[in-house]
This record gives sequence, structure tokens and C-alpha cells, in this order.
Amino acid sequence: MTCTEFLALLDELIDDTISAETRAQLQDHLKGCEHCEVTLNTTRKTIEIYRSHEVYELPASVRERLHAAIVARCKNGC
Amino acid sequence: MATIQVTGEDEPHPDVALVASALAGDVRAFETLIQKYDRQIFRIAQHITQNREDAQDVVQDAFLKAYEKLSQFQGNSKFYTWLVRIAVNESLMRLRKRRTGKMVSIDEDIETADGSVPRDLADWSPNPEQNYSQTELAAILRKTIQGLPHGFRVVFVLRDVDGLSTEETAETLGLSIPAVKSRLLRARLQLRERLSRYFRNKKAGEK
Repeated sequence: MTCTEFLALLDELIDDTISAETRAQLQDHLKGCEHCEVTLNTTRKTIEIYRSHEVYELPASVRERLHAAIVARCKNGC
Repeated sequence: MATIQVTGEDEPHPDVALVASALAGDVRAFETLIQKYDRQIFRIAQHITQNREDAQDVVQDAFLKAYEKLSQFQGNSKFYTWLVRIAVNESLMRLRKRRTGKMVSIDEDIETADGSVPRDLADWSPNPEQNYSQTELAAILRKTIQGLPHGFRVVFVLRDVDGLSTEETAETLGLSIPAVKSRLLRARLQLRERLSRYFRNKKAGEK
């Protein structure tokens, strides 16, 4: 397996949507390829970091204002 | 009344009852849905519009539109994906207004080249965030994701941050499943590459 072939299956590996056979082939490639191992680790970390840190916060005061405005208009039949 | 919505197996999704109550005139049930999803809708709108005021307007308009059209909600998709679809359309409309005369769609700005083999080899994966304050890290994450085309950003946010499935993301954005998959891979790789520029020089322990 080449690095390009490995990369084409990277998402499937991360999302765990591959067969046991393909997984074994990918793991085989990883044993001898530091480049792909680093790519896999850092891509996983990239996803995790975006999942666990809110990039855009909606402040409580803004939420309250928005809720009040939406609900008021819903009550008036929009 | 709303069609009974079934999520995969036999258990109806909790939103089904809330939608039904809202349709029957219970505004508080709809308020619960707002409480539940406003932050995600704001996040998606902000990622597309890149503008705080627009994103707040999108939250308001998307919920109002959803309320108005609640009787048209078919229940064969999740309420949330239906709501996101409305929010994505509202966000694109706002973007269009700001870039007057320029067509804006979810297909915009997409490079055709496939994800190339990454160049950056430094492994910063264990704990890069420990070297930054929350504010610094948020700024890095924002700057990094802003550099992506919005068609990539929104796929990444729906799939990886919101946790929607590939099928739900495709349905929400009106894209094919292969298109979602290819955008996700390229979004993940581009983000990884861009984050590497920050993290490779500041590995764990180095202040």
C-alpha cells in the first residue's frame, strides 16, 4: 500500500467504517511508515480539538435576547 | 399533527413530542427546541457567514421560519437536520447580501485537486492545547478554520463537531454522499496542515 492509498482511506479508518481486512492492511502500512502514522495521529487530534473547544461562543445575554425575540414573534403568529 | 418520526429502530426521537406539542400551540415546547439547538445553529451560521451579527440574525430567522413551516416538517428526517438545512440557506442568503451581485452557494470556492500527501511531519498530537490559554487556542482554531472554503468548513462542522452522519450531512446540504466524503477528507487534512504551522514549533513542554 502506498501513502496515497493510505490517505484515501484515512477517513474510513478514523470513522471506523472499514472491514477488518482493510484495517489490517492499513495497520500493516502504518508499521513501516512514520509519515502516515503522524498524519493519522495529528488528524485525529485536529478533530478532537475542534470538537472539544467552542470556537464561537454565544453569550448568555445574547441568547436570552434572541429567545425572547423569537418567542414573542411565535406568540404573535410570526 | 406531525408524522411520527422514528430514528432507525423503534424509539421515537425526543424532538418528535416537542414538535407535536409546538404544532398544537404550545410555544414553550418550541422554546425547548430553541434552548437545545440555538448554539449549534449559531455556530454553523457563524462558520458560513463569518459575521457575528449575521449569525445572530440567522439564529432568529431560522427558528422563526421553522416555526412558521412546522406543519410542513415531514418527520422522515430529524428535526435538527431539517432546522440546519433552513439555517444553511438563511446563512447563504446573508452572505449573498453582503457580496452583492455575486452568486453564493455551498459549492463555491472548492478546489478540484484531491488532498495531497501532507508535507508536515512533526507529531504535535498528544497535547498541543496545554501550551496555550483558552483564549489563545480559540483564536488559533478560529483563524485556522476561517482559511477553509465555506463548503469545506460547513461539512467539517456538521460531521466532526456536530456529529451528524455522512448521510445526514449530505441531506442537510443537498450534496451527494461522495461529495461530502471528499470534502470532509480535504477539510480534515487542510485543518491538520494549518494547525501544524502553529503547533509544530511549540511542542509539549516548550513555553
